[in-house]
This record gives sequence, C-alpha cells and structure tokens, in this order.
Amino acid sequence: MQSQVLIEARSLSKRFGSLVAVDGIDFEVVRGECFGFLGPNGAGKTSTIRMIGCVSPVGGGTLRVLGMDPAHDARRIKARLGVVPQEDNLDPDLTVLENLLAYARYFDVPKADAIERAWEVLDLLALREKAAEQIENLSGGMKRRLTVARALVSQPELLILDEPTTGLDPQARQLFWQKLRQLKRDGLTMLLTTHYMEEAAQLCDRVIIMDQSRIIARGTPAELIERIIGEQVVEVRFDGLDGASARAAVRQLAQGFEVEETEDVVFVYEQDGRRLSDLDLNAAHELSSDVLLRRATLEDVFLRLTGRGLIE
Amino acid sequence: MMAALSADVSYRTVKVWLRNRDVFLHVWKAEMIWPLFEPLIVMLGLGLGLGRIVELESGQDYIQFITPGVMAAFPMWGTIAEAGWGAYNRMANQRTFAAMIATPVSLDDVITGEVLWGATKGVISSVYILIVALALTPFWDLVQSPLVLFVLPVSFLAGLMFASMALLATSFVRSNTQLAYFVSLVVMPMFWVGGVFFPLSEMPRTVQILSWFMPLRHVVDIQRDLVSGNPGLATLADIAWIVVVTALLYRAVLWSMRRRLIK
Repeated sequence: MQSQVLIEARSLSKRFGSLVAVDGIDFEVVRGECFGFLGPNGAGKTSTIRMIGCVSPVGGGTLRVLGMDPAHDARRIKARLGVVPQEDNLDPDLTVLENLLAYARYFDVPKADAIERAWEVLDLLALREKAAEQIENLSGGMKRRLTVARALVSQPELLILDEPTTGLDPQARQLFWQKLRQLKRDGLTMLLTTHYMEEAAQLCDRVIIMDQSRIIARGTPAELIERIIGEQVVEVRFDGLDGASARAAVRQLAQGFEVEETEDVVFVYEQDGRRLSDLDLNAAHELSSDVLLRRATLEDVFLRLTGRGLIE
Repeated sequence: MMAALSADVSYRTVKVWLRNRDVFLHVWKAEMIWPLFEPLIVMLGLGLGLGRIVELESGQDYIQFITPGVMAAFPMWGTIAEAGWGAYNRMANQRTFAAMIATPVSLDDVITGEVLWGATKGVISSVYILIVALALTPFWDLVQSPLVLFVLPVSFLAGLMFASMALLATSFVRSNTQLAYFVSLVVMPMFWVGGVFFPLSEMPRTVQILSWFMPLRHVVDIQRDLVSGNPGLATLADIAWIVVVTALLYRAVLWSMRRRLIK
C-alpha cells in the first residue's frame, strides 16, 4: 500500500535575496485529488511548485515529495512527476511527435514504449493530426495541450500545472479543462496554480489561497464560498459621476450587511446569517440602474481576501 | 565547498547529446555547405594566392603550412558557434534547458551534454576539412602521414575545451549579441595570432610567450605534428596543456551555469 500523502510541506519557505517569496507555509496533497494554489501574481505559487518540482532548492522548513527529500532524491522524484510550466518550453527544433519522444527519452522510457505512449497521449489531448507539425504552427491552445501530453508521456503519478490556461481563448480553455477533468477521473493526482477562479472551481477538490507569500485560506471551493462570502452577493454599479450621494444611500440601505466598495461598484455580502433576500432590492434599483443579485463565487472569496484593488 | 566541486553527471547526459543530434539530423544537409566550403576557400585562396608571395623559412609551401592550422581553427569556430549562440538560444530563448531539468536530467547533465555536443560539431567540421585536404593532397601534397587520422580525436579533445569556454561565456551574457565580446576579445585574437596563418617561431619572444596562453595555439601545434607525421614530446605537452585547461573550464562552467540557472 503506497502512502496517500504525496506532498507534505511544513513551514516551507523561500527567499531570493531580501525578497521573501514563500513564508512558512504548510499543506498536504493526497493521492487522487486536484489541489489548487490560488493567489495573485507574486503570491509565491510558482516558487512553491518549483521547489516541489526539484528545480529550485528548498529555502527553509521541510518538504517531502512522494515520500522523498528533494535535496537528495531529485532525480527519483522528478522521474515520477509530470510538469506543465507556466511558459511554453516545447522544443521548437523538433516536431510534435519528436518532442514527446525526446522527452520520454529523458525519463528512460524505452523507444518502443515511448512511441506507443506518445500516440496515446496525442489521442488523449486531441493532437493526433498534428503529430508531424512544427511547434511554431500550433495554436496557443494546442501548445498547452501538447505540454500536458509531454508531461504525461512518462506516466507520472503527480501532474503539476503552473497557470496552465493563461492566455487561452474561451474555447481552448473549456477543452483544456475537459481534458484535465478526464485525467482526474482516471485517478491522476494534480497540483494546479491559477489566478482564474473559475478554473479552480471547475477542477479543484481543495484549494489554498496564497497572498504575500503566506496561505490566507484553505478548504474546498464550496466551503470557502460559504464561510467567507455566503450564498449570494449583491452588486450595485454606478457610472462614474452620480456616485457619492447614491452610494451613501446604498450603504444606508445595506446596514447590517457587510459592504465593500470599489471605484464604481458597491458589493453587499451576507453577514451573521442575514440573508440578502432581506435587502430591499427595489429601493436599490431606485438608486442605480444596475443592481445584480447573484450566487457567490470563488472569485468573491479571492477578491474579498486579497483585496479588490490592483496589486502591483 | 565539496558540493560545489562534485558534478551531478549521469548517463543521462547522453540524452541531451541525442536531442541535439536529432535536431542536427534534420538540418545537416542544409548546414554542411558553410563548414565544408569556408575552409576550402581559405586553403585555396590564401594558400595559393598569398602563397605566391610568401616564402617560409622552413621551405614549406604556404598551402601546406596553413592546412593543419585550418584543421585546428575552423572546427573551433564550429564548436564555438554551437556552444555559444546555439546553447544561448536553447538556454534563454527556447528554454530547452528548463524543460530538460524538470525531468530526471540534472543541470550538470545538460551542460555536460552541451559540451559533448559542441565537441562533436568540431569533429564533424574536422571530417569535412580532412576530406577536402585529402582530396587536394594529390595536387599539393598537403597530408604527409597517416597520423592525420588522429586529427579527429584531437579535434574532439580541443572541442571539449572550446565548448567549455564558449558555454562559460554563454553563462554570463544577457543577450545573444553580447557573445560578440567573447568572440572579439578571446576567439578572434586566437584565430589570427594563434599560429594558424604565420609561424609563431619567427615572432618576437614576447609574442611567443603570450601565445602559450592561447588554447588554439596548442591545438594548431598538435595538428601540425600529426599532418607532417612528426609528433614528439612537445605534442604530448600540448595535449597535457589542453587536458588541464579543459578540466578547469569544465568545472568553471558547471559552477557558473548553476549560479545562473538554479534559483
């Protein structure tokens, strides 16, 4: 019986010079789940998964990957991981099929098995027709799928994806998600970083939210929404100038609820079990032509915790 | 300190070499014209053209004199182009190194594979030049000994040195064009003053002493001894010089690439 905990981090940290990239985080990833790292740019997600992937030395604390220590067993760990990096690093000097075969060779997959496996993953990711194509002729979505295919060609136990759908159009992203869900159903353990909350909601069983190098929340997407936002959210929008007095009136109206404001929107959240159905939406409609009552999403959780202002 | 001195190299370095070989097999026909034709032009153009007005103290024909020099210098260019611009492109633009070190291949495997591949490109270039030299031998008696076949293993050894040098430069530059500094300040002086085009024995003593520090000079000396069929103790000394310098450069490049790429 193999261990169920594939990754275990205790007080894991990393610094680059004076910059603290990861500041003492704890988490576990168990076999068969899709585990999400959410957070704005610069939160420490990529630094963390680079340590897990044994391409960046652990800065502090302890990290066990597949029961091993990255400092001593990097090759043995890497042999069992599939990595989809944030930036494309497919080999532009080789064709699609050759990319897979060269990669399988790095993992010591025998040639005959590699060829068989390469066609399997090309089928799985709907790339069979592109096998002889040059990399530069692939679309962005195809490149991302090929990067996943490449990561799967060595039959990894754990697939690590770093912001896998950044820059994809909606169709490509939907197809990509569908492929990942299929892999998950087949029992593959996945670790995913993203700043697309919908991606996390679609794919992840459990998530942690990172901000400024620390973990600020953890749980299942549903739990986090329920605990941090509640069931619903009301958005009242204002077009620029007419704001001040109307906004004040909305705040007045929403007394007893949690309120958050940005430049042109007032968000009203449930508080202390008070349901938004108690809010007088008709009165709100008097104040703004754009009032929306909607289900709370992971995006609300994320923005609630990390702030709605631009982080730079 | 010990960790910095121990190389994490395994048999997987061969897989890095194989990746480069696979790419080469796609393009070798298109790329062979330059390494084949350029030495030919130099040997005929300089050898015959300049040869008409040059008289060497040794009494040798000038085309005979420059042939072993060409066998040393042009493979060097092949190696430096590969381990310089080629490797920089794979490291920085294509991120091929990053892709490889996410697999069981270590960074030291990658760099070692690149050194081996750079040396291989030198040997390939040597093979072309040897073919040209042998083809011209009936006319100008360029190759005087079967020992000339040892030019190939010497090219490989020299290639390990030049590839390590070029990769060391690659590990410091921030753009492809910055490699021009390495080429202008290090490679060009060796090429022109390293004993390829004129005998250093007729130069002032200072120049002779300074040239001892030039890697290419030792390669040229060895190739001359092999082409003329007169290797001796001096040849062994040159080989020893290259082995020591290669070992130092190789250690340096492993250290420098780790410094640059492992964060």
